[in-house]
Amino acid sequence: MVKLNINGIEVQAKEGVTVFEAAEQVGIYIPTLCHHPDLSTFGACRVCMVEANGRLVTACRAPVEDGMVVKTDTEDVNKVRLYNVELTLAYHNQDCQTCSRNGNCKLQEVARFVGVTPESMEGIRRSRVEQFIDDSNPFFHRDNTKCILCGICIRTCEEINGVSAIDFAYRGYKTAVSTVGDKPIKESRCESCGECLERCPTGALYRSKPAVPEREVESVCTYCGVGCGIYLGVRGEKVVSVRGNEENPANRGDLCVKGRFGFDFVNHPDRLKTPLMKKNGNWQEVSWEEALSFVADKINGLRKEHGSQVLGGVSSARCTNEENYLFQKLFRSMGTNNVDHCARL
Amino acid sequence: MRQKFDTIEKEARKAWEELQESGVPQVLVGAATCGNATGGQDVIKAVYKKLKEKNGKAVVKQVGCIGLCYAEVLVDIIKPGMPRICYSEMTPEKAEELIESYLFNDDPRPDMALGHFGEEGPEGIPKISELPVFKSQQRVILKNCGHVDPESIEEYIVNDGYKGLLKCLEQKPEDIVDEVTSSRLRGRGGAGFPAGRKWSSCLKAQADEKYVICNADEGDPGAFMDRSVLEGDPHSVIEGMTIAGYAIGASKGYLYVRAEYPLAIARLRKAIAQAKEKNLLGEDILGSGFNFDLEIFQGAGAFVCGESTALVMSIEGNRGMPKPLPRPRTTEAGLWGRPTLLNNVKTFSVVPQILNKGADWFASIGTEGSPGTAVFALTGKINRSGLIEVPMGIELEKIIREIGGDILDDKEFKAVQTGGPSGGCLPLDKLDLPVDFDSLLEAGSMMGSGGMVVMDKDTCMVDVARYFLDFTFEESCGQCAPCRLGTAQMLSILDDICEGRGREGDIELLLELGDSIIKGTICGLGNTAPNPVLSTIEYFRDEYEAHIRDKSCPALVCKSLIVYTINEEKCNGCGRCRKSCPVEAIIGEKKEPHKIDQSKCTKCGICYQECPDRFGAVERKTGQENLSVVN
Amino acid sequence: MTNSLGDIEEAEAFFITGSNTTETHPVISYRVRRAKKRGAKVIVADPRRIRMAEEADVFLQLKPGTNVALLQGIAKVILEEKLYQEEFVREKCEGFDEFAEALQAVKLDEVSKITGVPEEKITQAARIYAGNKPATILYAMGITQHAQGTDNVLALASLAMLTGNMGKRGGGVNPLRGQNNVQGACDMAALPNVFPGYQPVTSEEARKKFEKAYGAEIPGKPGKPMTVMFKEALTGGIKGLYIMGENPVMSEADSAKAREALQKMELVVVQDIFFNETCEYADVVLPAASFAEKDGSFVNTERRVQRIRKAINPPGEAKSDTEIISELAGKIGLKGFNYSSQEEIMQEIASLVPKWAGINYKRMENGGICWPCPDENHPGTPILYTEKFLRESGKALFKPVTYQEPQETPDEEYPFALTTGRILYHYHTGTMTRRVEGLSSLYGAEKVWINQNDAEKMSINQGDRVKVASRRGEVTAEAMPAREVLEGTVFMTFHFAEACANELTNTAMDPVAKIPELKVCAVKVERA
Repeated sequence: MVKLNINGIEVQAKEGVTVFEAAEQVGIYIPTLCHHPDLSTFGACRVCMVEANGRLVTACRAPVEDGMVVKTDTEDVNKVRLYNVELTLAYHNQDCQTCSRNGNCKLQEVARFVGVTPESMEGIRRSRVEQFIDDSNPFFHRDNTKCILCGICIRTCEEINGVSAIDFAYRGYKTAVSTVGDKPIKESRCESCGECLERCPTGALYRSKPAVPEREVESVCTYCGVGCGIYLGVRGEKVVSVRGNEENPANRGDLCVKGRFGFDFVNHPDRLKTPLMKKNGNWQEVSWEEALSFVADKINGLRKEHGSQVLGGVSSARCTNEENYLFQKLFRSMGTNNVDHCARL
Repeated sequence: MRQKFDTIEKEARKAWEELQESGVPQVLVGAATCGNATGGQDVIKAVYKKLKEKNGKAVVKQVGCIGLCYAEVLVDIIKPGMPRICYSEMTPEKAEELIESYLFNDDPRPDMALGHFGEEGPEGIPKISELPVFKSQQRVILKNCGHVDPESIEEYIVNDGYKGLLKCLEQKPEDIVDEVTSSRLRGRGGAGFPAGRKWSSCLKAQADEKYVICNADEGDPGAFMDRSVLEGDPHSVIEGMTIAGYAIGASKGYLYVRAEYPLAIARLRKAIAQAKEKNLLGEDILGSGFNFDLEIFQGAGAFVCGESTALVMSIEGNRGMPKPLPRPRTTEAGLWGRPTLLNNVKTFSVVPQILNKGADWFASIGTEGSPGTAVFALTGKINRSGLIEVPMGIELEKIIREIGGDILDDKEFKAVQTGGPSGGCLPLDKLDLPVDFDSLLEAGSMMGSGGMVVMDKDTCMVDVARYFLDFTFEESCGQCAPCRLGTAQMLSILDDICEGRGREGDIELLLELGDSIIKGTICGLGNTAPNPVLSTIEYFRDEYEAHIRDKSCPALVCKSLIVYTINEEKCNGCGRCRKSCPVEAIIGEKKEPHKIDQSKCTKCGICYQECPDRFGAVERKTGQENLSVVN
Repeated sequence: MTNSLGDIEEAEAFFITGSNTTETHPVISYRVRRAKKRGAKVIVADPRRIRMAEEADVFLQLKPGTNVALLQGIAKVILEEKLYQEEFVREKCEGFDEFAEALQAVKLDEVSKITGVPEEKITQAARIYAGNKPATILYAMGITQHAQGTDNVLALASLAMLTGNMGKRGGGVNPLRGQNNVQGACDMAALPNVFPGYQPVTSEEARKKFEKAYGAEIPGKPGKPMTVMFKEALTGGIKGLYIMGENPVMSEADSAKAREALQKMELVVVQDIFFNETCEYADVVLPAASFAEKDGSFVNTERRVQRIRKAINPPGEAKSDTEIISELAGKIGLKGFNYSSQEEIMQEIASLVPKWAGINYKRMENGGICWPCPDENHPGTPILYTEKFLRESGKALFKPVTYQEPQETPDEEYPFALTTGRILYHYHTGTMTRRVEGLSSLYGAEKVWINQNDAEKMSINQGDRVKVASRRGEVTAEAMPAREVLEGTVFMTFHFAEACANELTNTAMDPVAKIPELKVCAVKVERA
């Protein structure tokens, strides 16, 4: 354990943790734009600067030291933070009202904290960055005018799913997040998992079909066997979003493209809504009563005539345990073990 | 070991002596990039042509640059029994003439000569070392440049080459590090970090592998010190790196050379091959059991890759971006996470001499705090631009007035900028400043890698600051907000000031921004980027104020703040200005006073130049009043 | 899986074979890539140069269907170089001597010839797998969908046993299950040979228990697996088929045969959320609820039983499967199908399945629970065999296997080996994913992946329509010349009804598991 002092508060921290983490531990807020707890530190936004033993350092990178004295509210700290945020704002898209992240934006949060005001911005030249929107991916788009180059998407792509489809390109003021050869994201090696989207601190990466759910229901993804924990976002009678459940041990919040974005089938107009029976070669909508009576009669007829062994049941690896259980119970109750499912496919 | 080396040296000397005694004259043509750019290769062709025509014999060599850029192309001739004579400003025609006269008619052509080497020379030709341009110079790092054939390892060896390595291999690594430490050598890359400290920290670091990297990513605009060394004396760098490898326990070195230096790369390649062939590089060097291999890595042209951590990233195959502090030192965890010794070209190239002549010899040159010499690329509004090497501690004034031959066209000196694009601009009253790492830093500039730009009174300091800032703005790696956006913001403000949109408070804002960039940024690039602005505000604040308050550019440079008018009383109506105006903005009948239509004028200044001096009718004015009159 | 997703990330070496992890189990692939970044070693064996091959320290591009040979080769190197863990083999396993004996006959140069993998790569793989502990094996249908699928799995298990990688964190033999509840469907005995919890139908004790619980007489011999049902339908052995949440017309090997079988039946009931391709052959189609419209539980690949919850109502008159089954059972005249909730069904399961005895809805909260979980105080079992194996002796048994050629290999008429699988953007027969616009825009139609040299020889360019035909059928789709595919092989999926690979695949199957050999059959390719 290391003992340090942050703003007069004695803090005990584990060796190797950063000043940022130590401050967090005692509830001291340090603003940051490029730090993300899931990812390696970057240290480029320079907003988390604090004074440690009299020197300005980035709290996200500086490891705690025994006897270290940290101050987070000195003149230099405030000045550097304020200018950094103001500069970021000066080149940032200013249409906050229509932004999908309005009110839930890290840049707004930090700007508020460091004290950006119209007066403080006086004199700072604002500049309109030429807008370029990459809308090649059907699920999420990128708006460069809202990108603050925090690199979180880049590190996510490298460290969370290991794809490394994106990186910084160009230099200086023209620096941008880009793919190999600056191709649209759809043509890159991106796997559309959307992990970057989930971590983007601003509205630079946004869902192509934004929908804020009115409530969320905990569930499990319906695709592969990983069994990722998810929250189904619901609005009215529709599933409108899916997000990963970070508490779930199977996926710890991670999702893939199908899990995160592949839910539209639930509310698809093609969904079967009534029982159908083929009558004279044509499909007709019928009542449950008619359909089930027909099936039951037919089954009983076959059983009577040929015995239960001429019946077969094909269950599904996509149905629940309870459904599968009941399905086999149905067949075994009829005296046959002819029940199987698609486990082999 | 020594025996092996003696054999190598003997062979080299034999070849050298054979040449000297053969009675064949030698023609040395400066064919570094600078020489070639001014027609060096054509001169060589002309020399050959003449020799063929006359059926004469001579050894023609391409050598590096002796630094006299203003006098290119340089041709030196060594005739048996004569001292070496240097001829300047050669063209193919002049070269043919010279060859004809001197080689075939024994006329050394004092009219074409710049000077002779050695003590005695033909009449009418001055001693080169006594020329003002050379008098105060001291050639240590550049001692071989322009003198030895860079493509001949033999010539390097004859000139004490690889003796430092031999001495090194006979000692313990600790002794080498001690030697470098006691020489007090400071890194020549810019920051002047004590080399001995780096070497010793690398030696102490424990690892399965260590690396030596030579930073030859010279990127300052107008700087070509490293290129000259690489092109003119590649073996000195190879030898220095090999010594470093031995001293710290590395077996692999990288030469990070910018790809824009093809000649340097070609010469290095050749030199590496030669050194390997002679067992001065590679496996079991001179039978010492020490292995050291060198690889050339070509930089892709990012200025920021001159920063050590960015350079390391670049070699590792990543985007070259400096690593933010706190981080382990490169000497402890650099390339591939291994201890890495990274020094500049000039640092490595001087190491063999330190080993060979001793630390005391080196420490005796220059000043206490900054021993040795400094190499500058002297340029700007000066009579003799070029590459110079001076002992540390020399006064700025001496460099500018004596070596540089003072300001062009006898104009007034205004400022000198040292240290490349992120250096500061020093005014007249700083000219007595001794040139060394610490004094320059104190005055708000820096040694940098060795750029030195001299400005005359026709230079607008706001415009200059904008020019240099534009460079760092373009070359910022883009990683951290202070550098990427801070430079952009400062540049926007400077644009505004230069274009008449400056506001009260801008100077203060620039100072604040500069301060917060310096405090907030990640690396040396951002850290020094505001220097040109901060130093010009410090020394030339009145010019900023004139731009902002009076909309006036005192140096008459900022287009938006100047206006061209024709003084009706002086105008004779000759029509030269009208005819030369590219946008037909000048109207007037012949013999009648002309007028400039300000709505069309692009302020190109052609009319100003065209108006005959005897009239001087076209006037250039600046300031609120003048601007508002025409608007 | 013998191990859990959480602990396999701790592996120092991964042996991934027959699993295109990045596309079929993306979230697991993230973990492998993360482990790789921290220094773990990765071995990939696959006929295709899949994305995961980029992460591989050694990539073994084997010819389709030669897995047993390759795995034997690896075992051989481990034995010969004495890389196996003697103590584990001695104390925890049986049959080692016979196993070693059988490997005598295996020659590495022959293995190399059969598999097309250079000898040194096999050696390298063996050294990496055996030399980095713990090492885990991840596999999927590329291992099982072969006539020799069971042997493949046995061979993999032998490697894990040899190296002592069983019952340990970061080790194990881990089949990555392809469907959200394939584990649960097996656990719940939607299988012909077992009762829920893998209690054999041949076991008198188990049968008695279930007969009592269900109030019915149940045969003591296994029923017919699906593949057999379809076969027997042709000869009248099966006359009525009830299909719940399945699309066999597309997912069964040899679709033409499947269609024929369905047509022969007297009754076909399909219960699904969409009118899928199989519905065309049904007499009755019943509308079911999707996963978002019902309560229940799934078991994931690591045996973790987790809750799903009803978020919205099913559309129209659609009902959950349990509701439908219960009502139908009532109409058939069966008793015991009245449940007030899904939870009640789970209680019944727990009472009948010892391995699930400790599982209930409450315990499924907060991340679920891995079976076996024999009582309510048991924490669940994320890693199997930590103390002993399931056999009576408590020891694992080495089973020697011998390589056999795939049932159908390329010949002059059908010169290519077709291998099938999924791609990232689609799932199974595409009923769900093809109704997600975005997924379809990322990958909208079937592509025939073919080696670019083969394509060049036939002057086939990207986007050209090609006809792929086997002895059983033919399909036409867009050609995708690529380096990823081995020369002489083509790859297709079964996601797209317009060009479903299963029109071509072979119904030859593994004698034990009855899995069809979907991963290799012979086809010819020509420009359409």
